[in-house]
Amino acid sequence: MGIERTPFLELRQADLGYNHNVILRDVNLSVGSAEIVTLLGPNGAGKTTLFKTIMGFIPPVAGTIAVQGTDIRKIPPRELGKLVAYVPQLHKTPFPFKARDIVLFGRTVHLGLFSSPGKEDRKVADRCLDLLDVTHLAERPFTELSGGERQMVIIARALAQEAGFIILDEPTANLDYGNQVRVIRKIKELQQQSIGIMLSTHQPDHAFMLGSTVLVMKNGSVLKPGKPEEILTSGTLRTIYGVDVDVIDMPSNGKAGRKLCAPVV
Amino acid sequence: MKVSGFTYIPLSIVLLVVGALGSLFIGRYPINSGDLFQLITTGRHDDQNLGIILYNIRLPRMLAAIAVGGALAISGAAYQGMFRNPMVSPGILGVSSGAGFGAAMAILLSLPATGVQLMSFAGGLSAVFSAVAISRSIRQGHDPLLVLVLAGIIISSFFGAMLSILKYVADPEEKLPTIVYWLMGTLANVRMEDLGVVLPVVALGSIPLLLLSWRLNVLSFGEDEARSLGVHSGKLRIMVILCATLIDASIISISGIIGWVGLVIPHIARFTVGPNHKVLLPVSFLFGAIFMLLVDNLARTISSLEVPVGIITAIVGTPFFIYFLKRSSTRSWE
Repeated sequence: MGIERTPFLELRQADLGYNHNVILRDVNLSVGSAEIVTLLGPNGAGKTTLFKTIMGFIPPVAGTIAVQGTDIRKIPPRELGKLVAYVPQLHKTPFPFKARDIVLFGRTVHLGLFSSPGKEDRKVADRCLDLLDVTHLAERPFTELSGGERQMVIIARALAQEAGFIILDEPTANLDYGNQVRVIRKIKELQQQSIGIMLSTHQPDHAFMLGSTVLVMKNGSVLKPGKPEEILTSGTLRTIYGVDVDVIDMPSNGKAGRKLCAPVV
Repeated sequence: MKVSGFTYIPLSIVLLVVGALGSLFIGRYPINSGDLFQLITTGRHDDQNLGIILYNIRLPRMLAAIAVGGALAISGAAYQGMFRNPMVSPGILGVSSGAGFGAAMAILLSLPATGVQLMSFAGGLSAVFSAVAISRSIRQGHDPLLVLVLAGIIISSFFGAMLSILKYVADPEEKLPTIVYWLMGTLANVRMEDLGVVLPVVALGSIPLLLLSWRLNVLSFGEDEARSLGVHSGKLRIMVILCATLIDASIISISGIIGWVGLVIPHIARFTVGPNHKVLLPVSFLFGAIFMLLVDNLARTISSLEVPVGIITAIVGTPFFIYFLKRSSTRSWE
């Protein structure tokens, strides 16, 4: 009792962005290890900047960012990769690697400088492909896959890192409706395996579907996180996106179920 | 039938060995297999010329072709992967221009062959180090790969201009032809002693490249993604540049500037075995070595006057490449 557990990820008084252009000011945030956090905010609000800073691609302008209590600037990339996996928004590679190879790349964090993946690593990769139901894509060149297939393969790669936390930058962008739902379902499944998730999206409904913590970014600051039912009201959605949205209860078997966003057009 | 990329490695080794042995028989002076067998097993032959031709001419030449072709192709493949660009050749960071300038300077100073090699090696190294130093000094806020390529282009043209000055002041009767001929690239002047120095350096550069090949794969996703996968792209780049420059500068110092191989052989290898550098790098080396053997055999037999091999590589290689490009079913670049 009374034992303060170190949060998995913690940002304290962090200013994020670039020296000449600070995008987010005074971010204070702490995320538990098996939590789903959904980031909402208009284009340019700084969602990607936040992710890039957590991943160590850009240093914070001020303040500290810690993973498991250690400042990320003190964690070498290979060690950080064992703790946090990253699924970026665009997956570009000029070479037609097979999907299985792409997943194997996730094993690199567990390899020495001069070594390459072995039999055990291939087993892990195959298991991750299976978890995402894309085993049939294993031999296909990544460059020939559709957007939805690519996304699943890259999520499988993140799983292969065996990190306890995965950051996904707009994992549903450019996906058709069915693939969006499939990705959201997979993210829910991952959380059941106590993997922490932080994702950004432009669909407030995704937050309701995931039952996640919601983090709203607006005008260079991050608002207090909370449950989607509390945070995502018509009023907040109007302030974020500048349009009128009705938030309604989805009727299921007569009683009130999940909430739904219905934009007024 | 679908063949795994790895099977091409033993296959190409066999082909290379056959080609290498075969090329010992090719040349103006006839040697038959009986003579060769007798010479190798007993170390003696009635014909005094035979030993000289075999050990002082054909053997070093065969080894040189393998080393030069293999080295240029493996460093080209590593650079194309690192820069994520199909237009990249080993000379991208200025190693050939620097080496050319160094060699021309040595020729002007009437240095002996070893001096020309040393100056060329030093020229190649300094050009690449200048390009890297320039790119590091202006990296802030720019795409580091783009800055590196630009620095390489700038350094190449600088050394190109310096070379032109040397050509301009060179004695047109004697020095200028020597410089021009050196720049065309040939294996005719490679001695066994040269190989004794250059082959270990090529190995020294190639082995780390082969060991780093998995990380080169990961780098193809770009800086940030590679970092998230635990690969420090800045350090990896420096290691690749260091290895490739050692290989290229030492090879150019004995062969002069031979183009085409380092640019196109990696493509042919990629069409054949796919993009995985673990297979691609060794196969590029083997394909480069085989190709160079073939081309050098042509160069020394096509006419009584030897044609510089750098000319033949491009003439023979172009239709070869078009054939592969047409035949390849998958695009090897996005």
